[in-house]
Amino acid sequence: MSQIADPEIAGKGGSLTLRLALAFALIFALGGVAVAVAAFSYGRQAAQQSFDRLLVGAADQIARSITLQDGAVSVDLPVGAFELLSLAPEDRVIYAVYGADGGLVTGYEGLEPFPEGRRFHDATFAGEPIRAIRVTRPFAEQSYAGTVEVVVGHTLRARAEMAAQITRNAVIAAGLVALVMAGLAVLAVRAALAPVNRVGTALQGRSPQNLTPLDVAVPREISSLVQALNRFMGRLDRQVGIMRNLIADASHQLRTPIAALRVQAELAEEENDPEALRRIVHRIHARAVNLSHLTDQLLNHALIIHRADSVPLARVDLRQVVIDAIEHVDHAVRDGRTAAMLDLPEDPVWCDGDALSLIEATKNLAGNALRHGVDPVRVSVAQDGDRARILVRDAGPGIPHEYWDEAGTRFARSSGVSATSAGLGLAIVQSVAAAHHGRLEFRTGTPSGFEAAIVLPLAEFGAQ
Amino acid sequence: MMAGWRMLLPLLPCLAAPALAQPVPEATRDYGRSDAPFAILVRSTTDIALFGPVLEGFVAANPDIRVDYEQWGSNDLYAVSLAECRSGAETADLLISSAVDHQVKLVNDGCARSHSSPLTEALPAEANWRDELFGITQEPAVMVYNSDLVPVQEAPRTRFDLIDLLRPEGSRYEGKVATYDIEESGLGYLFAFVDAQQATTFGSLIEAFARSRAVSTCCSAEIIDGVASGQYVLAYNVLGSYALDRAEQADNLVVVAPQDYTLVLSRGAMIPRNAPNPVSAGLLLDFLVSDQGRRAMAAEHLYGDATAVAPDSLGQNEAVLRPIPLSPVLLVGLDRQKRANFLALWRDTFARPKRGAATPSE
Repeated sequence: MSQIADPEIAGKGGSLTLRLALAFALIFALGGVAVAVAAFSYGRQAAQQSFDRLLVGAADQIARSITLQDGAVSVDLPVGAFELLSLAPEDRVIYAVYGADGGLVTGYEGLEPFPEGRRFHDATFAGEPIRAIRVTRPFAEQSYAGTVEVVVGHTLRARAEMAAQITRNAVIAAGLVALVMAGLAVLAVRAALAPVNRVGTALQGRSPQNLTPLDVAVPREISSLVQALNRFMGRLDRQVGIMRNLIADASHQLRTPIAALRVQAELAEEENDPEALRRIVHRIHARAVNLSHLTDQLLNHALIIHRADSVPLARVDLRQVVIDAIEHVDHAVRDGRTAAMLDLPEDPVWCDGDALSLIEATKNLAGNALRHGVDPVRVSVAQDGDRARILVRDAGPGIPHEYWDEAGTRFARSSGVSATSAGLGLAIVQSVAAAHHGRLEFRTGTPSGFEAAIVLPLAEFGAQ
Repeated sequence: MMAGWRMLLPLLPCLAAPALAQPVPEATRDYGRSDAPFAILVRSTTDIALFGPVLEGFVAANPDIRVDYEQWGSNDLYAVSLAECRSGAETADLLISSAVDHQVKLVNDGCARSHSSPLTEALPAEANWRDELFGITQEPAVMVYNSDLVPVQEAPRTRFDLIDLLRPEGSRYEGKVATYDIEESGLGYLFAFVDAQQATTFGSLIEAFARSRAVSTCCSAEIIDGVASGQYVLAYNVLGSYALDRAEQADNLVVVAPQDYTLVLSRGAMIPRNAPNPVSAGLLLDFLVSDQGRRAMAAEHLYGDATAVAPDSLGQNEAVLRPIPLSPVLLVGLDRQKRANFLALWRDTFARPKRGAATPSE
């Protein structure tokens, strides 16, 4: 893409890399928040579990150190229990041992009574939140019966610190992963865009005349782009071809009649005999009429081919096409002679096509038959399987069989190149049929007569 | 619910007794200009003679602050501080006590104010609890003996040596060995209690004390003077700072850091929650843990690095140094029942019927 020198085009749709970067940034930001929330929740839970175990251990140790001496509860407070608690080094500690009568044996006085049935309890101690555990130890001695309670608790600094640390580590890890993924994403984007660059390079390296389809290996996702490009180039190629043909035809066809005209005109200049002059002028007129007819044909041909290639196909009823065509032909060709006979079905015959092109093609076929064929001329529309036909039949011999193959090409001798005709009529029909994915067919009638047909595919969803 | 948890701790009975007698400081002295705009009250168990030069260094560096210094007994200081904390009354700006278990207890009860500075953050973990209690000194617990009365070959280097020395009946040490009265002295109790946690030698040691009719008395300075004067031959578990200070004047006083292990005390300093001038107190605290403050304390033997304690007896092995960490573990010793049991054991030892004289000499 960097080869595109025109800054107007480059970047008009925004940078693909920037779009992907924004998308990734959004995903990573959301992911980061999710990871942080999850990690914090997990961290709190983990800290809760670890430090609750610490409390359990300490309370159990204290409970085990309880003995009965002379019927009284005695606690030899174990240092180990407090060493365990000081694994949360920044936390304040509370503890208390209550006898079976609920009286304080040793420890902190005035602690809030533990809620019934709870093992752990969250409370406040000297202005700081604490978490406490209660462990009971039953005694059933003769001198002392009942349950001794041990309460141990500590403040929450170590828990908060551990939760924060877990969160921090998780976020850092997620950040590193995001960085790595961002790096990989950049590589992936570059790799994914490489075929596009290849197409660009292939186009760049072409000669201006080369309008053949691109042959570049591309992934499925952008093959439609390449196909569209190729279709566009194909159309361009045909248009250029039409133009080239038009120029060639014009130079080929017009040069001779114009030269003849000039010669006649020069003759007329030197002619003194009014009778001869009148004959010359008559010839000049005939030539000019032919020339104008020829020019019409040439331009029509180019126009029809151009239309067939560029106008979107619409649904047309072939009966209407034939009616319109015959109407024009009648006006143009007939000088009071018998008109062509129409033979149309009752139901419409639908094809996808360009009405104007089809009318022109039909006009040409009918015109040929009326001009060169033998009456009666019959024009009909028929349906045959998935094909539709526009048939033009006359009673004459028609085109000799050996010229059928070249009849549709331009300036074929068989199609009657003459001073009055460029022989383009059948070429136009051929081109129109081809543009409609159809063909031009000839047939000799039995026992006599000649039939020319435009065979077209029926519209896909049928007439009805 | 909050009120319930806060209603803590009326004084422990054994500590309430001195409090009833309206405790007062043992001595007071002011440092700095009398017209200084700021004044802070420092209550400490450290003798004025040792701590005075350090405070003079502080007021020289901070002429805007006057320091009113009160020297207290450790149990009295604890009782007063706890009472003031509970009543919410205005109290001292800085508390410094050698009985660090008392200080830990005060902090645990929420009586301290947090203080944090680059200097306190640089302290090792065992010398900083919760940014509320700071260990400012390094003082070994040592044995001292009178070299006039103890032959060189008998001089104890470990607790085992001491036990062996006291074992024979009718030895010259009978009735002549002194140690802290742990009921009177908070520091003595702390040393004895930590000793009891450290090694099994403690049982044999107090047994030996009992047999040799050892004397328990108060306080560091008096005990050391007694050894120097020949009243006692040997003293166990006295503060190295006092002993080394005294040994500079008394040639016959020999200081021994026990080679089996040597407890190292770090006096605890804290700013009470109700301190009226916490900012100035924080400046003094920072000064005490700064290089300058450490140098000043080192000159008074309050901050000894390990080899300076007693280079000849200590050797190179630093593993024998056992700092008393500022941690809630020290609360165990203050437990009502634990303390009662421990004191009972101690009393039992020193009140055991003796062969010979009925009462120990004073």
